[in-house]
Amino acid sequence: MKNTLLASKRLAISESGFVFDPVSGQSFSVNETGLVILHLAQHEDDLDKLVEQLAEQFDASILEINRDVQDFIYRLKGFLK
Amino acid sequence: MSLTIAVTGMNARADNPGPGLAVARCLKESALAPRVIGFGYEALDPALYHRGFVDRGYLLPYPSHGEDALLARLTELHEREHFDVLIPCLDAEMQSFARLAPTLTGMGIRTFIPNSHQLALRSKDRLPELAAATGISSPRTQAVYQANFFHTCEAQGWRYPLMVKGLFYDAKLAYNADEAVAIFHRIAGEWGVPILAQSWILGEEINLAGVGDGLGGLAGAVMMKKRALTDKGKGWAGISIHDDELLFAAKRFCEVTKWRGGLELEMLRDEQGNLHLIEINPRFPAWIYLSAGVGCNLPDLLVRLALGEQLLPTPPTPAGVLFIRYAEEAIVSLADFENITVLGETLRFGALA
Amino acid sequence: MSITEKKPAWVAPVIVRHSSSGMNKFGGVREAQFRNEIAGVSIAELVEKYGSPLFVLSEEHLRQSVRRINRAFSTRYAKVRQAWSYKTNYINAVSAILHQEGCDAEVVSEFEYDKARRLGVPASRIFFNGPHKPRSALAKAVKEGARIHIDHLDELALLEEVANEQGVLEFPVTIRLNFDTGFTENWGRFGFNLENGQAMEAARRIAASPNLKLTGLHNHIGTFITDPRAYTAQVGIMIGFMNSVEAATGCTITTLDIGGGFASRNALQGVYLPPEQITPTAEQYAEAICGALAVGLKNREQNGKPLPELILETGRAVVDEAEWLISSVVANKRLPDGRRAMVIDAGVNILFTAFWYNHEVRPARPVEGIPEDTVLYGPLCMNIDIVRQSVSLPPMKTGDLLSFWPVGAYNNTQWMQFIQLRPAVVLVRQNGQVDVVRRAETLDDVENPEHLPIDLQPNFS
Ligand SMILES: Cc1ncc(COP(=O)(O)O)c(C=O)c1O
Repeated sequence: MKNTLLASKRLAISESGFVFDPVSGQSFSVNETGLVILHLAQHEDDLDKLVEQLAEQFDASILEINRDVQDFIYRLKGFLK
Repeated sequence: MSLTIAVTGMNARADNPGPGLAVARCLKESALAPRVIGFGYEALDPALYHRGFVDRGYLLPYPSHGEDALLARLTELHEREHFDVLIPCLDAEMQSFARLAPTLTGMGIRTFIPNSHQLALRSKDRLPELAAATGISSPRTQAVYQANFFHTCEAQGWRYPLMVKGLFYDAKLAYNADEAVAIFHRIAGEWGVPILAQSWILGEEINLAGVGDGLGGLAGAVMMKKRALTDKGKGWAGISIHDDELLFAAKRFCEVTKWRGGLELEMLRDEQGNLHLIEINPRFPAWIYLSAGVGCNLPDLLVRLALGEQLLPTPPTPAGVLFIRYAEEAIVSLADFENITVLGETLRFGALA
Repeated sequence: MSITEKKPAWVAPVIVRHSSSGMNKFGGVREAQFRNEIAGVSIAELVEKYGSPLFVLSEEHLRQSVRRINRAFSTRYAKVRQAWSYKTNYINAVSAILHQEGCDAEVVSEFEYDKARRLGVPASRIFFNGPHKPRSALAKAVKEGARIHIDHLDELALLEEVANEQGVLEFPVTIRLNFDTGFTENWGRFGFNLENGQAMEAARRIAASPNLKLTGLHNHIGTFITDPRAYTAQVGIMIGFMNSVEAATGCTITTLDIGGGFASRNALQGVYLPPEQITPTAEQYAEAICGALAVGLKNREQNGKPLPELILETGRAVVDEAEWLISSVVANKRLPDGRRAMVIDAGVNILFTAFWYNHEVRPARPVEGIPEDTVLYGPLCMNIDIVRQSVSLPPMKTGDLLSFWPVGAYNNTQWMQFIQLRPAVVLVRQNGQVDVVRRAETLDDVENPEHLPIDLQPNFS
C-alpha cells in the first residue's frame, strides 16, 4: 500500500480527472474522489492518515472510506506495476 | 457564413479506414469551403485529430447504445456548432440516423440519407430479393443464425468455398465447414448474428461510388477497379474505370429504390463476363477521395443536394486515374488527448505537442 | 460547524485505465440514465412497502400491448384471435387482464389447462398444445370440448381411444406441424414433419378415424423471431399444406394457428444493434403474415372453402415490456482480475431470462461518477448466478436500487425456489393503485407439502 502511495507521486494529475503515468505511458480517468486521494497522496504516504484526512472532508464513516480507499489503492497498484 | 458539416466515421485506421476522413477531405477541397466537424466513437479515432481536414472532433455514443443517447448528444453539440448538414459514413449507425432524420431536419440539421425502408432493401441478407427486383444477378445469400448451418448446408446445395460475411462489416472466404464456423464465431463475436453465407463466384471485383438523388436518379458516380490489396483484402491502390454495365446497375438500383444519399456498389464480373451484385453499402466508401481526384467530388454533390440545389447531370469521369493509399501519423498533444477522453471533444485550437 | 456547512457526501473513488478501444465517455450513456418510477409509482416507495427484490407489472402497459397486436392484425385480416400463451406468465392477474381484453388461452400441460379452467376460461376457448398430455388430461379436454393440438402419433392413438370411450364422434382436432422456413431452425421435436410426409400420414389417420376430424393446423417457428419474412414463409407453407391435405383427405381446415415468437424490445445476447432497431413492430409482423394470407387464400372462398381463422399464440411480445424487476445492491466488490462487481439481491433464480438477454439496467436515482464495466452477481451460491456479464454503471452504494426491464416473459413462470423464497409481484393499476398479485413466499409455502416423520424430528436438547 505504502509503496503504491509512493509510486503515485510520479503521476501527472489534471484537475479534469485525467491522469498520466510518464513511466508506463498509460493514462487513466479518475472521479472526483479519486482525484482528491491522488492529490493527498502527493504528500501523504501513510494510508491510515490519508483515510483520516478524507473522513474529515467527507460525510462517511472511517470504515466505509477505508474500504473504498483500499480498493482504489489496490486497483492503482495493479496499474503502476 | 460558411457551412458547418458534420461527418462521422473518423476511424481512419491505416489497415482498414472508415470513410469519414476522405469525405472531410473532399469537402475541404470543394468550393463550399465548409467547416468540418468530425464525429468519432473512440478517443483513438485518428481523423478526429487531423486539423487539415477536420476542424474539431467530438465523440458520439455507440450506435448500439440506442437513439435516445445519440439524439441527446447531437442536440447538445448542435447548440454549440450549428450544423447545416450531417453525413453519416458507417453502416452500423445508418439505421439510427435514418430514424432520427426527421427530428434532425426539425432541428435544422439536414441529412441526405436513405430512409429505414430503403436501408432494409439493401440489407445484405436481402440481396437476392433486391437482385430480383432490379433484374441484376446476385450470388445466393442466406442469413445464418447458428454455426451448425455450415456443417449441414451442403445438403441444401451449398458448395465450398463460400463467403462468410458480417451484417455490417467483415467478410472472409471459407474453404470448408470448420473454417466457416470459426469465421462465424469471430464475426458474430463482434457484430452479432445473423451472419451471411454467400456463394462464391470466381471473377474480378469492380466498384462504384455514387449519390442517389432520392427521386430515382443517380446524380453522380465514379467507378474503380482495385489494383492492389492489403493482406486483409482491403484495397490500397485502385484506378478509375468506366464500365457501362456497372453504371447501368447503379442506375437501376437508384430507380428501383429511389435511393437518397451516398452508396457503394460492389460487383463482380465472372469468367463468362456476367456481372453479379455482391454488396451495396449505404454510404460512401473509404476511397471516395478518388471522386475529387477525377473531378466529380461526390461529397460536395451530396451536400448540394442536401441543401436543395438544382444540379446539372455530372459529366462522365475519366478512366485511368489512380489512387494509392498511404499511412500517416497525426501528432497529438497530451492536452488534446486528455480533452477527448475527459470531455469527449478535441481542443478548439489543436495545440500541438 | 453550523448545520448548513454539511460535509459533502462520500462517493467511492474510481480509476479506469484508457485502452485502445472502448474509450468513449459517452459509451455508457444508455445505462447511465435512471428510472425512478414505474407507471407513475415511485420505485423507492414500492420497495419500501413491498420489499426487495420486487416484480412490478403495469396494467396500462399490458393492455396497450395486447391491444396494439390485436389492432394490427384485425385491421388486416377478418378472422383473428389471440390465445394467451400461459407459460409466458401465468400469474392470474396477468391472464385475467388478457382474457378481459378478449384473449383465449393457449396451454401446454394439464397443469396449465386446469389453471385456465379454474380462472373461468371455457374449454372451447382453450388451445391445448404440448408433447405430454396424459390420458386424464385428454379425457377431460374431450369431455369439455377443448381444442386439442396433437403432437405425435402416440397421442393421436390415445386421443382416438379416449374419444371412442366417451362415444364421441368427429371430435375436431388440430395437428402441430414442423417444417423448414429457411429463416429459423426448425423445432423438429414438436409435431409432425411436413417434408418427410409424417404430417400427411397423420392427417390420413385422422381422416380414417370415425372419432376424430381434422379442422386445424398449428405451427410455432420459435421464439424471438426478428425477421417478419420468416412468418411470410411459414404462412405460405401452411396454406400449401392445407390445400394438399384438404385435397387428399376431404377435410376442411377452419383454423390456422401460427404459434408465437414475436420479439419484444429486449436485447438478445449476441445481437449488436439495440432492440428498438431490430425488433419489428406489431404492424410489421401483421403485414408479413396477413400479406401472405391474402396471397395464399385469394381463391379460397370462390372454391367453396371458408376463410380459416388465424390464431396467434403470442407470449413474449404481449407481456415482456409490461414488467420490471427491482433489485437492491448488496455489496460492491473488486474481482481478482481487476473487474468491478456488484452483488444484488435478485439472481438467475428469479430472473431466469438473464441467461439469454441483456436487460436494460437502470439505477433508481441519478448517480454521479465515472461509469465502469461491472459484473452483476445474484445472491446464489452458484458460479452461474450472473445476472449480467458486463454493464456500464456508475458507482453505487449498498441499498441502491436497480430496475431490470423487460422481464414480463418467462420469469414468473420459470423462476425457481432455490435457497431463497420468491419475492412479491405487484400490479400498478390503471388508476395508480398498487395491488399485490402474488405475495412474497414464506417458509410455510415451501414446507407445507412436506411431511416430517415424527421420529425424525431432531432433538438438540
Ligand atoms: C406452442 C407455443 N406457442 C406459443 C409460444 C409463445 O411464444 P412467444 O413467447 O415467443 O410468443 C410458445 C413458446 O415457446 C410455444 O411453444
